[in-house]
Amino acid sequence: MIWLILIGLAAGVIGGLLGVGGGILFVPGLVIVAGLTQHQAEATSLLAIVPVALVGALNQDRYGNVRRRDALRIGVLSLAGVAVGVAFANALSATVLRDAFAVLMVVIAGQLVRRALHTSTADKPA
Amino acid sequence: MAIGTAAGLFSGLFGVGGGSVIVPLLILWLGYGERAATATSLAAIVFIAAFAAAIQGVYGNVHVSDAALVGVPAVGGVLAGTWLAQRIHVRVISLLFAALLLASAIELALQ
Repeated sequence: MIWLILIGLAAGVIGGLLGVGGGILFVPGLVIVAGLTQHQAEATSLLAIVPVALVGALNQDRYGNVRRRDALRIGVLSLAGVAVGVAFANALSATVLRDAFAVLMVVIAGQLVRRALHTSTADKPA
Repeated sequence: MAIGTAAGLFSGLFGVGGGSVIVPLLILWLGYGERAATATSLAAIVFIAAFAAAIQGVYGNVHVSDAALVGVPAVGGVLAGTWLAQRIHVRVISLLFAALLLASAIELALQ
């Protein structure tokens, strides 16, 4: 239980810093530490993301960084994609889904490295 | 529209918010700066993750108490994270986090 809390804390800090909801750490944490199946971990991660992203977004909004209209548009228009994505995930076996997630983590790691190396003047506060 | 659909698919499939899709697309397609993209992505994720969690709930996969154990402390973490993001360069953090992701991916694949 203490490990779950620590995962939450760490994922929150990183999510706030890098602009992700923390799911990329929640899911492996829930599988490796809490022993959930890949499907359960992904589903549980999604629920855990909601308060994290909400507080993060409100906080960023105070700094004037959130473009509300675009955020709302993306959020609402995501519904169809979400429904298909969830159905697809549930159609896959745990092993396939887990390996796909491991690949995703490697891809995101690569993305972060590329971003870090190319970050320049675009990173100035708005 | 395309960003929302892509992010939704991604989020639903992998159980993540979709920020790793939204942030680069906002920067590449809509010319966002890093900070605005990050912030706007967080706001969009509130909707995306809520939709996806609700649908996963129908499948019976959501463990509500585990979600609270992880999610509630993460709120405190995210406050610290957003505070820090205004004050430091995230480059070093990105590289460290990339290393952590690689290690976790290996661990996950070996489970």
